[in-house]
Amino acid sequence: MLFDFSTAFNTIQLGLLRKNLELSGVDYQPVPLDSGLPHWPPALGDAGFVLTFPAWIDSIWVSSQLNAAVCWRGSVKRFTFLNYRHFYRAMSPSVPLQEMIRAIRSARTQCEERGVIQRECAAIRAQFRQTDNGGRSHNLAKLLYVHMLGYPAHFGQMECVRMIGSSRYSEKRVGYLGAMMLLDEKQDASLLITNSIKNDLSHSNQHVQSLALCTLACMGSAEMCRDLAPEINRLLRSSNSYIKKKAALCAVHIVRKVQDLGELFVPSAHSLLSEKNHGVLHGTVVLITELCERSPEALERFRKTVPDLVQIMKGLVISGYSPDHDVAGVSDPFLQVRILRLLRILGRNNEAASDAMNDLLAQVATNTDSTKTVGNAVLYETVLTVLDIKSESGLRVLAVNILGRFLLNNDRNIRYIAMTSLQKIVATDHNAVQRHRGTIVDCLKDQDASVKRRALELSLALVSASNIRSMMKELLIFLSSSPPELRAQAASGIFNAAERYAPSQRWHIDTILHVLTTAGGDVRDETVPNLIQLITNTSELHCYTVHKLYRALLTDISQQPLVQVACWCIGEYGDLLLKGECQETEAVQVTEDDVLDALEIVLQSHMSTPTTRGFALTATMKLSTRITDNVDRIRSIVSIYGSCIDVELQQRAVEYNALFKKYDHMRAAVLERMPVIQKNSLGQTNGEVSEEAIKETQLAKVRQDETPQQPAGQVCDLLDLLGGSQEPLQPSSLLGDPALIQPTTALTSAGGDLLDLLGGLEPTPLTPAPTVTVYEKNGVTLTLSCEQQSDAGLTITLTASNSTDSDISSFTLQAAVPK
Amino acid sequence: MMRFLLLFSRQGRLRLQKWFTAMSEREKKKIIREMTNMVLARPPRTCNFLQWKDLKIVYKRYASLYFCLGVEDEENELLALEIIHRYVELLDKYFGNVCELDIIFNFEKAYFILDEFLMGGEIQETSKQIVNRAIESSDMLQETMEEYMSKPAF
Repeated sequence: MLFDFSTAFNTIQLGLLRKNLELSGVDYQPVPLDSGLPHWPPALGDAGFVLTFPAWIDSIWVSSQLNAAVCWRGSVKRFTFLNYRHFYRAMSPSVPLQEMIRAIRSARTQCEERGVIQRECAAIRAQFRQTDNGGRSHNLAKLLYVHMLGYPAHFGQMECVRMIGSSRYSEKRVGYLGAMMLLDEKQDASLLITNSIKNDLSHSNQHVQSLALCTLACMGSAEMCRDLAPEINRLLRSSNSYIKKKAALCAVHIVRKVQDLGELFVPSAHSLLSEKNHGVLHGTVVLITELCERSPEALERFRKTVPDLVQIMKGLVISGYSPDHDVAGVSDPFLQVRILRLLRILGRNNEAASDAMNDLLAQVATNTDSTKTVGNAVLYETVLTVLDIKSESGLRVLAVNILGRFLLNNDRNIRYIAMTSLQKIVATDHNAVQRHRGTIVDCLKDQDASVKRRALELSLALVSASNIRSMMKELLIFLSSSPPELRAQAASGIFNAAERYAPSQRWHIDTILHVLTTAGGDVRDETVPNLIQLITNTSELHCYTVHKLYRALLTDISQQPLVQVACWCIGEYGDLLLKGECQETEAVQVTEDDVLDALEIVLQSHMSTPTTRGFALTATMKLSTRITDNVDRIRSIVSIYGSCIDVELQQRAVEYNALFKKYDHMRAAVLERMPVIQKNSLGQTNGEVSEEAIKETQLAKVRQDETPQQPAGQVCDLLDLLGGSQEPLQPSSLLGDPALIQPTTALTSAGGDLLDLLGGLEPTPLTPAPTVTVYEKNGVTLTLSCEQQSDAGLTITLTASNSTDSDISSFTLQAAVPK
Repeated sequence: MMRFLLLFSRQGRLRLQKWFTAMSEREKKKIIREMTNMVLARPPRTCNFLQWKDLKIVYKRYASLYFCLGVEDEENELLALEIIHRYVELLDKYFGNVCELDIIFNFEKAYFILDEFLMGGEIQETSKQIVNRAIESSDMLQETMEEYMSKPAF
């Protein structure tokens, strides 16, 4: 406007000032200070004084002695000049602070910034050690700035305490601010300010009182609250509404910290409801809400105030425009929302109270203008209240319709909160929400991740027997394009829905296969056993299923759950696959070589996890009984893996090899088709619920194998000896190798695999087991060790070792069970 | 109840932090970092609400500053947006066409205004004029003649 901004204010040239003011048309009529100093002096034009000030000043007052000038921008006092040699900016704390901020901001690197800050902190520390100087508040302000940048500032805590005790308001102000920023109830220094707060609460000046109240409400610890609660209660009855509203919120904090003190405030809260001042009323409503939430007696007592609250709300809704509190046409929306929330708490589970507020809620719902966010905020709160209390059905319908309107709103925020609210009532008012299903499903395609999430949850809740087909279509489309963080939730939701409402088995299997192909990586682990169990149960679709899975396997072997299920099915139903004909789907000629090729690819692929490989190997093995020509090929595959690095695979391969060589007569029986698996609930093991030794969590997951096909003979008997509990025996003791208890960590297949019996059991003996050598002859040593796993179960482990150089053959173990 | 209010720039520098519950410094820093990352990663024209742990996060961008409010579950999100807007209006009235620089260089004033508007995680005063008048009178209190007399020369 007149001169350029400069940090150095030195002289005032009033003649020039006046001329320039006139030229630029600034109104230089003085805005009077209430201190009574005289107005604009007539004798401007004395030489030797220059006033420099920034361009956005728009009003100035200068004293007649020319030793004081005050400049305003808008209603804010910006600069004050004491005399031409001194300058003091009224609105900024200090030139030093602003200089420091400027210096920090101009530092180009992090290192430079740290250097500046270290220097400044050192200076501040030195200043703190000095006794009373006028710049204390500026130093503390500097420290607080440094603290906000993230640097340590704990050495300022004592200074805060000292400044709170000062008599100067400016120092108190910054001191309390520092206390709120640097001290919290966990610091010891916070106790030291309790006394200052107590004194300031009874200060003559309301602003000092307000500082104390604000600090207490911000960081008051439980002891401080107990100390000062009576004082706060006294202030609640003061005549100054400025103090009353702050005291009310302070009381809220006290009640949150020390619940018992709530009783102290109940009478005051009750009387404050008749206040006219909105600030006090708001604080009172918050206080009453807090009291009611924490104490049922208070709730009962305040239920009687429902008519008063209804009156106040009516006043707000019906009254005309009030400039003080109006926000875009709604009168004091903050207070309205708070009252509605209190009414919700009071009307919950109470017919009488709910009746009393029915009319009011209907009025608010219909009269509030919903074009702006404020109106929608009030409507939203009204809807939440209506749905939570015992409202009459007409009102409920109105509320759900409002939510429906919200769903069609262009504003994403409104749609989001509509869906959040609908989620809450979908269980109770299912039909009402169903009407809006179309819009909700459309929201699945929204760009916004938050909206998508809400839409997904709501859609899953809305699935029912009648709309399952169309909903599933939409959900599957959503799944293929959904963001990764929602995939797992969507997949498991789809599975649940499919399980509950599947119109046909075939549709169910198709759906699951579809999910596995699109989002196979994100499904949960128990999907595989669940699906396998489902497949075995639908015996008429085995042919169809195995054909589909085979085709899926040919296209893509990267989705592990899908590959695992496919391998299992091919292993089980390979004969159906090779037969070629199938009712449900077109026939494809599949040769034995094709099938074995597919399984070999899975075995060798680097994408397959060890678990998947296990599935594939077992499937290959099972096919040896179902195919006719290529048994040799299977034998060679199996024997190759006998030297695999992966211990799990190696063990399986070695055992299958043994099955080929020595136990060929058992092979057919072992690899027979699985029986229909009974669905176990999660957490139960097959057969009995044995608590002993089930340490591995994976074992605690669904183990779909009940008693699998037990191979005839000795192994079976030994298992019976242990009562069917899944204790590790040493089947490898049959092979005469030195054996140790093998903890297998892989989730083994649900098939009739010998190793399933081992699971992943790590023996943790509760009492040290005595190891007894029971046989030692010709190089064969047998030892028995016992572990008491629980009161009911005893684990006996047989270890057989061969100390000769040659293999031991015809090793037979027989065990007899005493009656 | 509101749990915290954060102001940060588009580059993630914190301009104001107000905590309404007691928390250790480490937790505060962690929350600041997570909020900054979450909010700055949001594309434009998306919904202003986020779910984070058990809190709802309501954020709004005004020019170069993000205002981020963490509220508890029962709070009304739309009203939280109004609270943010009211605070911006108060700042605007006080500083006159407020910009980020005003808040940087006069951060303690921003806190004083906030302390007249919100307290203990709740709204303290619903009328703009009363808040403005309160700030003005406390500023006046700071600048009495006695204060002038005791100020040193710079």
